[in-house]
Amino acid sequence: MAAPMISLKSVSKRFGTFAAVDSASFDIAPGEFFSLLGPSGCGKTTLLRMIGGFERQTEGDILIDGEAMGIRPPNQRPTNMVFQSYAIFPHLDIAENIAYGLINRGLDKASIAKKVAQALDMVRLSGLGNRRANQISGGQRQRVALARAIVCEPKVLLLDEPLGALDKKLREEMQIELRQLQKSLGITFIFVTHDQEEALSLSDRIAVMARGQVLQIDTAAALYERPNCREVAGFIGNMNFFEGRIVSIAGGVAAIEIAPGQHVRVPATNGAAPGETAIVAVRPEKIDAVATAPQGSDNVVSGRALAGSYLGDRSLLLADWREGTAPISVSLQNRRSAVDADIFTKDAELWLTWPIEAGVLLKN
Amino acid sequence: MTAQAHSSTPSSAPADFTAARPEWLDGLWLILPTLLIVLGMMVVPLIGIVVVSFWTQTGFDILPAWNLDNYRVLFTEEGALYRILIMKSLWMSLTATIAVVVLAYPMAYFMAFRIEKSKLIWIILLTVPFWTSYLLRIFAWKVILGFNGVINSGLKFVGFIDKPLEFLLYNPTAVTITLAHAWAAYAVLPIYVSLEKIDRSYLEAAQDLGDSKWKRFWRITFPLSLPGTISATLLVFIPTVGDYITPTLVGGTSGIMIGNSIVTQFGKANNAPLGAALSCIMMLAITLAVCAFLAAIGRKRLKAADI
Repeated sequence: MAAPMISLKSVSKRFGTFAAVDSASFDIAPGEFFSLLGPSGCGKTTLLRMIGGFERQTEGDILIDGEAMGIRPPNQRPTNMVFQSYAIFPHLDIAENIAYGLINRGLDKASIAKKVAQALDMVRLSGLGNRRANQISGGQRQRVALARAIVCEPKVLLLDEPLGALDKKLREEMQIELRQLQKSLGITFIFVTHDQEEALSLSDRIAVMARGQVLQIDTAAALYERPNCREVAGFIGNMNFFEGRIVSIAGGVAAIEIAPGQHVRVPATNGAAPGETAIVAVRPEKIDAVATAPQGSDNVVSGRALAGSYLGDRSLLLADWREGTAPISVSLQNRRSAVDADIFTKDAELWLTWPIEAGVLLKN
Repeated sequence: MTAQAHSSTPSSAPADFTAARPEWLDGLWLILPTLLIVLGMMVVPLIGIVVVSFWTQTGFDILPAWNLDNYRVLFTEEGALYRILIMKSLWMSLTATIAVVVLAYPMAYFMAFRIEKSKLIWIILLTVPFWTSYLLRIFAWKVILGFNGVINSGLKFVGFIDKPLEFLLYNPTAVTITLAHAWAAYAVLPIYVSLEKIDRSYLEAAQDLGDSKWKRFWRITFPLSLPGTISATLLVFIPTVGDYITPTLVGGTSGIMIGNSIVTQFGKANNAPLGAALSCIMMLAITLAVCAFLAAIGRKRLKAADI
């Protein structure tokens, strides 16, 4: 990675013994679209607000473009924020809102007017310059907030769940616009969201957070295919978990005993050792369900159908494989004209199979 | 058919609401008691005052002889005193109002932005002075400012002065100080409410866009608190112009206001029509002053502040 645009050095925010953000350390490259993803209360917004200078870290430091920020206030940082509530000043019109930051940079009237016009144009709001916040729609307000921040030419743009208040269709449109805007401007974006789909579709890289901790930072595909812990695996998409004990590791493949005498095989990870408890995680769409006992498959688990539902492009199947464990969910592409219809009847006997490389070995 | 019948009987025919009670009547029952009180206790006496101001006092009788003499007198040599008193009253009230708003604003700001928990306690604390009567509070200022009052004896005790300062009490300044203190709480509440209403993200956004805290105050906080600040200003200015208790008690001869001379006209001087005319002129003067104030703020800012 080139010299990072943002560098977090064990940044923490503690309230007594509670850590809203616990020792976060990572770098963000220039021009990257970086997302902070996690459930509400995981510390993602606090972390964003610390980068912006709205909250002080209790430990550590944040470097922006190589410069240590310390406890500098927001007005002295090369960042701008798009607030969740947009925070469009109600006593100023749209053009005055967009000009707000430019006035502070000491530009003359003519160049402010020019930049405001360009910004309005960029977010397709030309002609609405003299409206007020309460005279435009939610999507337009969102674009005003974006224009107002971008016009200041920040090194880093911080976005705090900016699409959360929009309806689904508008949100999808804005996602595409955001992505295009970010690519054309080349500004580093840090995007906070609790919507995993949004994070997956927009980001170059995503940091998954929970309980104040950064669990994993990776690309969307890597997070989905190679989660590094149960929490990440469960938070991004659906995941089936088999708990067990590693019995042997040979040739990069670990065998895990998930029930007495029943083994599944999975690519071994660094540091895994026989005798340890472990979890095998398998995505629903990587499992196949068949009505007759398969021959020569890597992993076979027999079970019983609990419920099935037909969703058009795919079918969902819930199967019980062992008393006292969570049912396994299987997503079957309806590519074949006749998926074994039998396996969808309740209590039908079935076999679940998946290749070795479909599983992920996680620490327990 | 009544409106009730319409709403209670479902029918396939399109509803016809033309016979229904008009919408503007809906709230009437709610405001009716207040409306009657305002009409009976305010509008009627006000009309009375205006009518009487055109009558004439002869000896002990008030004659309904319509003329403009009471007003004319204000523009003659004889009425110079009243003109001065009106101007002085406006001026003293204005000073007191400015003092009140300047004092109340930081208090309101503190309550709105610095108090996180139990704001109610602070609001109750604010009302504590009102638990004693207005008269007692003025007397308290008499005790503080008086010849042998708290300030004088305190300064004497410390040795800053040899003999009591005489300029503290019985002058316009004493009236202004007393008024400012008495009305401060009235001003804190409306300002507090409009500050409290300001979305905190506006403040963060302003700082994010490069404002220092000081700049942010003048560009965001203050404009958005205008509704409360303007109402506080009017709330203090309008009633203090006509105050006569405060000047009577702490104003001395130099501190009297127009209210005192109106009282005199209705009482000792026994010239109710002139008193009524003075009242009308005063109301007019206040109206003009308020209009001038609002014009100074400007239409654009009033509209922006959503007033």
